[in-house]
Amino acid sequence: MSDADAGCPLPPGEYDCVVRAHGGGGRLAQALLDRIFRPAFDNPWLATRHDGAVLEPGAAPLAFTTDTYVVRPIEFAGGDIGSLAVIGTCNDLAMCGARPRWLSAGFVLEEGLPLATLERVVASMRAAADRCGVAVVTADTKVVERGSGDGIYINTAGIGQIDPGLDIRPASVRPGDALLLSGDPGRHGIAVMAAREGLELQTDLASDLAPLEPAVRALVEAGIELHCLRDLTRGGLAAALGEIAAAAGVRIEIDESAVPVHDAVRAACELLGLEPLQVASEGRFAAFVAGPDAGRALQVLRGQPVATGAVIAGRVTSTGNGQVTVLTGYGVRRPLDVGSGEQLPRIC
Amino acid sequence: MKYLDEFRDPAAVARLAAHIRSLVTRPWTLMEVCGGQTHGIVRSGIDRLLPPQVSLLHGPGCPVCVTPSGVIDAAVVLAARPEVTVCSFGDMLRVPGSGGDLIAARAAGGDVRMVYGPLDALEVARRCPDREVVFLAVGFETTIPGTAAAVARAAAEDVRNFSVLCAHVRVPPALEALLALPDNRVQAFLAAGHVCTIMGLAEYAPIALRHRVPIVATGFEPVDLLQGIAMALAQLERGQACVENQYSRLVRADGNPDARSLIQAVFQVADRPWRGFGTIAGAGFELRPAFAAFDAERRHGRIAAAVEPAASPCASAQVLRGAMRPDRCAMFATRCTPERPLGPTMVSPEGACNAYFRYRGAAGA
Repeated sequence: MSDADAGCPLPPGEYDCVVRAHGGGGRLAQALLDRIFRPAFDNPWLATRHDGAVLEPGAAPLAFTTDTYVVRPIEFAGGDIGSLAVIGTCNDLAMCGARPRWLSAGFVLEEGLPLATLERVVASMRAAADRCGVAVVTADTKVVERGSGDGIYINTAGIGQIDPGLDIRPASVRPGDALLLSGDPGRHGIAVMAAREGLELQTDLASDLAPLEPAVRALVEAGIELHCLRDLTRGGLAAALGEIAAAAGVRIEIDESAVPVHDAVRAACELLGLEPLQVASEGRFAAFVAGPDAGRALQVLRGQPVATGAVIAGRVTSTGNGQVTVLTGYGVRRPLDVGSGEQLPRIC
Repeated sequence: MKYLDEFRDPAAVARLAAHIRSLVTRPWTLMEVCGGQTHGIVRSGIDRLLPPQVSLLHGPGCPVCVTPSGVIDAAVVLAARPEVTVCSFGDMLRVPGSGGDLIAARAAGGDVRMVYGPLDALEVARRCPDREVVFLAVGFETTIPGTAAAVARAAAEDVRNFSVLCAHVRVPPALEALLALPDNRVQAFLAAGHVCTIMGLAEYAPIALRHRVPIVATGFEPVDLLQGIAMALAQLERGQACVENQYSRLVRADGNPDARSLIQAVFQVADRPWRGFGTIAGAGFELRPAFAAFDAERRHGRIAAAVEPAASPCASAQVLRGAMRPDRCAMFATRCTPERPLGPTMVSPEGACNAYFRYRGAAGA
């Protein structure tokens, strides 16, 4: 074996990129599992080589969520599709007040994907899983012919355990609640768009992708009366607030000048005609807490590495049917534009 | 972004709003010409900071909006031809013509591509020498230099498979057309800052003089807009009617001479139909005879619309003349939304209906 072959994920004579047979269930599929997936995700559940993972959750209520990741490009400043697929799903569990425990991972690989890329993505998933305290306990791989995918799509489903007594959900939101933001929105969406061909955005902005569970845990442990949490993913803050206001039957008002927006995000939004409040984050969340707890919640959040830029950004003003109002810096109120969600590139 | 922040400063906005309140003694009606200004006004809500005597009408300055459906129909017909690739700005794809939009033409198998500018369309032509590439050229004086540059370059490089379906328009004759309407209420104009950046101010002086209307070239940020409004109101209160320049950080009296000479070299003034106005004398541009080879209509023959125009419930014609506020339309936010637009003023990010939908909500004002 020459030096040039030393880093090859598969022995000579096999392939350095994904071929149809990798999804065929035969010898090559087994090689892919043994050489890439099992070593990366190594844990007792996978070691059983069973058809599924047997979980022993105990008596705690469970949160269960799933998400599919189709981001393009698959590697961007601050993350890649692998870390996104793990952290994104764990964040959804965290928003239910759950501690993420177990993940499944389903891979759709496009014929021709370099195995080196797959290895990087899978290693990045493992690193992210370790950060989140979860194990990938079951996985599946399919291969589609060249041209039918964008290199790699990943679905993850996650299960988390909820501490007794927590009732974090949209229906718990009520008039008088304060709305906190864990930080400036939109970095993920802009970082991904900047990495795309054809958009000549030059920025060193990185995605805000980060596990949110520690910040949620800190709020819970500080005894903050938490009513609802929502990560600001697709559709950004605007979509999140619109959904919660509608689900909770309330009116929400946000104070536009209180919402911090990174200069690079603002500049890119000006250029592309986007609203920063509609641009996705993968490491930011909105928290609805009982009004009197707002100040304390803010201090707790600012003590968390992922939420040092937290702010009190608004309030639940009354019952209603889903209206979200923006108080502009000029003292004028207008409805929040939630956007139609179209024409946005794939960012998650 | 520091540069823009000054023009969004809440304290400056509050000072200007107070200044305007102290200035106004009578009712006045102003029109902001440009759709970008309309969006700036409605988004920031500065119309609500004005005293009740001051009314703002939203003008026709949305290039997608004033493009008549016949032009879209022609583009749709061209897109259906197997040898033709139609290139267009993204907004334009979704504007309904009388028989569907360019998105539908693409779904039906037509080669329709979104580009960011005319030079991108020229690049498509260079890369696909076996395709007939047609650029749907819409827009005001601001965008015409880009089309002129693409045509001039195509001529210089002898790119023979490139042509433009020209629907370029000029603002000044449209202001005269507005003032000539029997139900005209406009007493002063905020002229579109970016158009003046190219063309300068000279074209506006005769209009101000002849019709006794103040015209203030105005920018797009809240402070710009309030300054422009204050300047126009001060003239009205003093009984003056002249051309002023609020947007002096970008607009020079003689505009951008290089851009103007480029336009001049490639285009000549022509009559042009505007949605909501009919044909306005001198309100558009056409290619000069020397560039006739790049005129899509000459190249591909006179293009008849494939379908008879259907009666539309869309009131964009009135909206574009400032005769109807978007939220007074019975279709607004009921049958007509940005997702299912009945007309261009709901599609375009410069359209007044789109601004009201986004920033006033489905209930309107």
